[in-house]
Amino acid sequence: MTEPTRHDQLDLEPTLYEHHVVSPKVYLGVFGALLCFTALTVAASYLELGVFNAVVAIAIAVTKAVLVILFFMHIRYSSRLLKLTVASGIFTFLVLITLTLSDYISRAWGLW
Amino acid sequence: MSSTSIVLPDQQTATMPKRSYLNSSYGLKSWLLTLDHKRIAILYLITTVFFFMIGGTAAALIRLNLLTPGGELMSADTYNKVFSIHGLIMVFFFLVPIAPAVLGNFCIPLMIGAKDVAFPRLNLTSWYLFVAGGLLELYTIIWGGIDTGWTFTTPLSTHYVNTHVISGAMGIFVAGFSSILTGLNFIVTIHRLRAPGMTWFRLPLFIWSYYATSIIFVLATPVIAIALALVMLERFTGIGVFDPAKGGDPLLFQHLFWFYSHPAVYVMILPGMGVMSEVVACFSRKRVFGYTAVGFSSVAIAVFSFFVWAHHMFIMGISNYSALVFSLMTMLVAVPSAIKIFNWSSTLYKGSISFDTPILYAFSFIGLFTIGGLTGVFLAALGMNIHLTETYFIVAHFHYVMVGGMVSAVMAGLHFWWPKITGRMYPEMLGRLAASILFIGFNLTFFPQFILGYMGMPRRYHAYPPEFQILNVLSTAGASVLAIGYILPGIYLLWSLKYGKIAGSNPWRAPGLEWQVQSPPLEENFIETPVVDFEAYDFEWLAKHENEVQTVG
Amino acid sequence: MDSQVIATQPTSAHGEHGHSPHLRHHFATVAQQREAASFGMWLFLLTEIMFFGGMFTAYLIYRNWYYPAFVAGSHWMIMWAGTLNTTVLICSSFTMAMGVYSAEMRNRKALLRYLFITLCFGIVFLGIKAYEWHDEWEHHHVPGLNFSINDFTHVDQRYPQDKPLAPDMAEKTQAYFSLYFMLTGVHALHMLVGVSILVVLLFHAWRGAYTTGHMTTIENFGLYWHFVDIVWIFLFPLLYLISRHQ
Repeated sequence: MTEPTRHDQLDLEPTLYEHHVVSPKVYLGVFGALLCFTALTVAASYLELGVFNAVVAIAIAVTKAVLVILFFMHIRYSSRLLKLTVASGIFTFLVLITLTLSDYISRAWGLW
Repeated sequence: MSSTSIVLPDQQTATMPKRSYLNSSYGLKSWLLTLDHKRIAILYLITTVFFFMIGGTAAALIRLNLLTPGGELMSADTYNKVFSIHGLIMVFFFLVPIAPAVLGNFCIPLMIGAKDVAFPRLNLTSWYLFVAGGLLELYTIIWGGIDTGWTFTTPLSTHYVNTHVISGAMGIFVAGFSSILTGLNFIVTIHRLRAPGMTWFRLPLFIWSYYATSIIFVLATPVIAIALALVMLERFTGIGVFDPAKGGDPLLFQHLFWFYSHPAVYVMILPGMGVMSEVVACFSRKRVFGYTAVGFSSVAIAVFSFFVWAHHMFIMGISNYSALVFSLMTMLVAVPSAIKIFNWSSTLYKGSISFDTPILYAFSFIGLFTIGGLTGVFLAALGMNIHLTETYFIVAHFHYVMVGGMVSAVMAGLHFWWPKITGRMYPEMLGRLAASILFIGFNLTFFPQFILGYMGMPRRYHAYPPEFQILNVLSTAGASVLAIGYILPGIYLLWSLKYGKIAGSNPWRAPGLEWQVQSPPLEENFIETPVVDFEAYDFEWLAKHENEVQTVG
Repeated sequence: MDSQVIATQPTSAHGEHGHSPHLRHHFATVAQQREAASFGMWLFLLTEIMFFGGMFTAYLIYRNWYYPAFVAGSHWMIMWAGTLNTTVLICSSFTMAMGVYSAEMRNRKALLRYLFITLCFGIVFLGIKAYEWHDEWEHHHVPGLNFSINDFTHVDQRYPQDKPLAPDMAEKTQAYFSLYFMLTGVHALHMLVGVSILVVLLFHAWRGAYTTGHMTTIENFGLYWHFVDIVWIFLFPLLYLISRHQ
């Protein structure tokens, strides 16, 4: 058995699937947090915060999404490859938004 | 093995293997329900060639119509439909799938030492989605056509035309899922199914460029899906995401459309670059010069492709400031492309080049893609763009990249892997002849269009001022030469299926893993999982292991 | 010839997995197959991010252009329904996560229970959504099919604090409602697909399919379900909560 087999190679892969069972307590905690944030975002929308209404709403939504991705979707316990995959999706989405907006924001520059 | 020319392995003693993926089972059902990546590749080959013939017929009609300034052959409406069919079919049903789904499906598992792609059933599903999309497109063509061009530009597509936009867009939508699934499958396969010892930097460069292509498939295609879904719904129910009367912005459609379609343009060239690396290395008997640079330039092209889309919209009212950014980013794409061209040239330099058909096509790729790429830099310049856009200069530019580049590369790849796919050689002299005809015909067709465009002949019109006639006649004459260049390989490749010389497992003496198994390969590809202990393009390793071919019977 | 090459491979640390009946022939180990499946699922979710991404981009632009119209439009959303639906989806995500956990624990009864509760939550969500859509149809808020700017050019007794919009801006509420129907419609379509798959999964789980160690399907469906939940987590503040205080 001097030649590496595919099993050995997979063991060497830095992205090897590491199996991790998340305990129900963690799920319950995340569940509670998600419900609290939902109440919070509804409450915040009734306050007069100016531009920060939108900022707070988005921030809370992002926090909730991150909680779901990290714990319910197990990314916190997943391989680097999967973490990178999620990051690349979010990155491309941001590219779409920012570069499109770069046109919309600057269209009227110099015209006033 | 002398150092100046390759001697093909003795063709007389080579025999067809008794068992291969082609004869492991028989009957139409065994093909239509196959999960074998090699058979699915052949299914794709048949369907894409079918669509190529439809698109090619449309191209022939366009060129015939432009023979005379008055456009006597067709009415303006018919002409609009014909060039729309040409664009839609050629882009979505030929160029996008031909290299990934045919050559990629066939070669990727063989090259990385895997038995199949990661999700064989998904692979077959993606072919059926492609066929479903293609049928919708055929329905569109037969029941009256579509005249939006391949870009579905709003508000033309949503408000002003009465042709079959919904079914046409639906066909693209469905075929889009096919490319998403193909890309997804390739990424997982390349990550997870490499043979032991096959590290990222031992992969053939073909795999690198197909990996880059797959990233584009997965990340960009959904955006055109939603853009087309919105167009369809706007026509169907009248929702107003792109309708100015309801607050929509038609230009937003173009942002979304080109967010896909510009990366898709690189989908139509990156796989060709992968084929080029293989062919250039094999026929100059040298490792590709600057392996890492070529590999990373593929990824760089894929990444840059997401930052440049608005250069299709410079004259359409986007902001001047963001146009500056997009112009600069576009010029940056020239850098990785140039890295590739220079590295292939350096590979050829002092190599033992043998002038077989695949390398002849590769030469025309290098020349024609360089012209196509450099005119792209002209077009990226904001001032030049205003003069040249929407003229035949654009048409010539992207045909130099798509046809001169990609189709040449596909022909190179098809000839290169033909012995592996079928187990038989194509007739070499006819192959060289066809390659030369294609090169001459192509230049005759499209070079005059650069001049026409520069002189100001706009694209998409069915008639033109008489002073442009000479160059248009030249272009049409070239198109007929080009047609011969396509028909000839079609005939002799079919002929070779039965009468071609038996190739043997490694007729080119190429070092890739796919050449170390019998031709045509077994259904399970490898009898034993190969262990890779050599670098890509290692011709010295090959010389030592030449006779250790896995075969059955 | 022997096509079962894997069986002839030397078995090392992972040898005990080598003969798993769920292992497809082109994978070497169960771990490899499992990682491939979940990687594939994540790549699919990437395409979903970009699919919704196009609509979110449109939303961002039009919301900035026609802010008053978006505020007026969102005031017609039924607050209790939106909040309730958000809660329902979060609950369903939790039960789905617990379902995956039960499969992991090879507990067939718990898996069935959690999948069934998830299914019920999914159906409740769709029911409430349908009720809302019906309400919007009644009020003539569906662009293209059934739209009138009346509600936005006159003061409505239900929203007396809302100033009427100028007719020009009132027309732009159609941009809001177009995006509203596209976003919630595509989201509901995903829910419908999810609910249908859940029915099939329940049937297989009842026959004991996912509690013998092969749970890739349940895991991947869980990922899908959570993703659909995340989309709603963004839709809720973007569509319902635009400046409720005005």
